Amino acid sequence: MTHAKRKKSNWNLVVNLILLVLVIVWSIPIIGLFISSIRPQDNVLSTGWWTVFGEHSELSLDNYRQVLGGSQYTFVDSAGNTVRASGDNLSRAFINSFTVTIPSVIIPILIASAAAFGFAWMIFPGRKFFFTTVVALLVVPLQIALIPILRDYQSLGLTGSYLGIWLAHTGFGLPLGIYLLYNYISTIPRDVFESAFLDGARPMVVFNRLVLPLSVPAIASLAIFQFLWVWNDLLVALVFLGGTSDVAVLTQRLANMVGSRGQDWHLLTAGAFVAMIVPLAVFFGLQRYFVQGLMAGSVKG
Amino acid sequence: MAVLDTGTQKGGVLSQALVAIGRIAVSLFVPIVAFVILWAGFMFLRDSNAPQGIIAMVAIIWGVGGVAMLFWVTDWVVNRTPLHVAKKLQPFVFVGPALVILTWYLFLPTMRSLYLSFFDAQSKNFVGLANYVFAFTDTKMLESFLNNLLWIVLGTGGAVGFGLLIALLADRSRLEKVFKSLIFMPMAISFVGAGVIWRFVYAYKPAGEDQIGLLNALVTFFGADPQAWFTLRPWNNVFLIVILIWLQTGYAMVIISAALKGVPSSIIEAGKIDGASELRIIRSIIIPFIFSTLVTVSTTIIIISLKIFDIVFTMTNGNFGTEVIASMQYKQMFRFYHYGRGSAIAIVLVIAVIPVMWYNLRQFSKREGF
Repeated sequence: MTHAKRKKSNWNLVVNLILLVLVIVWSIPIIGLFISSIRPQDNVLSTGWWTVFGEHSELSLDNYRQVLGGSQYTFVDSAGNTVRASGDNLSRAFINSFTVTIPSVIIPILIASAAAFGFAWMIFPGRKFFFTTVVALLVVPLQIALIPILRDYQSLGLTGSYLGIWLAHTGFGLPLGIYLLYNYISTIPRDVFESAFLDGARPMVVFNRLVLPLSVPAIASLAIFQFLWVWNDLLVALVFLGGTSDVAVLTQRLANMVGSRGQDWHLLTAGAFVAMIVPLAVFFGLQRYFVQGLMAGSVKG
Repeated sequence: MAVLDTGTQKGGVLSQALVAIGRIAVSLFVPIVAFVILWAGFMFLRDSNAPQGIIAMVAIIWGVGGVAMLFWVTDWVVNRTPLHVAKKLQPFVFVGPALVILTWYLFLPTMRSLYLSFFDAQSKNFVGLANYVFAFTDTKMLESFLNNLLWIVLGTGGAVGFGLLIALLADRSRLEKVFKSLIFMPMAISFVGAGVIWRFVYAYKPAGEDQIGLLNALVTFFGADPQAWFTLRPWNNVFLIVILIWLQTGYAMVIISAALKGVPSSIIEAGKIDGASELRIIRSIIIPFIFSTLVTVSTTIIIISLKIFDIVFTMTNGNFGTEVIASMQYKQMFRFYHYGRGSAIAIVLVIAVIPVMWYNLRQFSKREGF
């Protein structure tokens, strides 16, 4: 018994050690970014970020102050004068990013889960053909769709509107969404549905009461990926939302930061970190859904 | 008696007609109300000058509610039709919206590209297969095919391999959440951010100067000369692929991990009781159980590798022999304005994925539903 226990704890140690090494390797680039973001501008461009642990240990929050600062931002320049400059007030860009992202995640998931259910558990003419086409559309490079869609939007008056960009993200996100959810929904055991259909439940009821709740782990993972893709997207936002600052999203502002101030890496480091906060929060918030394995429990019960 | 009968029959016909009319009226009324609500919301969002927070809230509720309502209303209407019609229409309530949107956003543009791929740079003169001949004979194109193959093999293998390893190990660790979150972190970074991060790893300064890139700092620490990593053919491709693996392992890990949680513990326990070793359980029970998930994850990462663009474009711009298909497509389309060639390369990309999809469909048909 003790021998087995010792063997088990050794095994645990090995597992945790391997994981620790992998995690350190994975984290080093991000640690580098974080440390760079709290170093003074000159140091960032002249010395390695690891030198903060030695000779160049100066730290400052100036990069963040400049990135997050309000519309007016004062600093003392090298000649000792106090200068007022417009900072990058990102709060508006934050709200814009949320307005773009939330429906751009929920709408495609609603449509994709309905379609995945239809493809997996309903019979209709052309099912195989349609499904093959949908999955094949996964590889279509986004770039070829931008120009024709933009032309349609101009004639519909949708350019620069939220609806336009939601639909665009929906269109571009649907193939992966349908593909991933189909994979999951098609593996739900058949007997789960059989009794419901025997009781005369309508497909919409089965979908609402059975399929959606059973698919929570898959939907949660898909939600995260769609969220990350939309939140970090620059191309689609630039093309369909346009450049005006009242609708510009976070990534557009970040890109402008590089554009309007030259290669300001020190600002980009802080900006990239600020933009990461929300996706990480979403990940931690949704993590429990796909860690618990709801699927296993619900089918057994 | 007979008179009475006809009387009730008359009344029956009349009331039946009224009921039918009423039904049709209700059937029309609900969609019309739904449409009016959606239209009012649309106009409000397009023209209103309300504070931004309010517009954002209305936009979110309207957008999400609108789609839910659309499903509900179509289902409601379909259920008003006679049963045999409803049965035929029902599947399209579910797949219809997706098909309409996909047709508009992806299918028609693809068809348009297919059409344009047979024309010259200005899309004026028909050139037959000339653009495809270019796509399969140009030296840069051949280079990008080879590179993409490398991306698919190393990128997918690396991301899925590490993802599976970490998911399996984390499943046996008490610190699961911490480890998984840290591996997942890179997924949260935009390509702009990832570009900055990896410059701090690969940056090159001539020997003797302070290195700001981590890799060169390590190399010089061990006494070797610093390298300009992105100009080292053919290894520079591998250095770029490392970035993809770093980004995508989190994706593979999350999906595989979700599947691992679905492996019934009773089967694993049975294996343990039979005296199977940990590795044996993984190989003979867990892997077969999550095989379809592994196929899914591999497929999506193969497709990402096939379409890979941002990493190459921001790090090397396709120079030093790192060109890939998508960057060639972008250059032909938006730099040389050769719509014919750009479209042909896009179509080649679509064709390249057919074998993968064919394999997937074979997997699917093994577990056909109703």
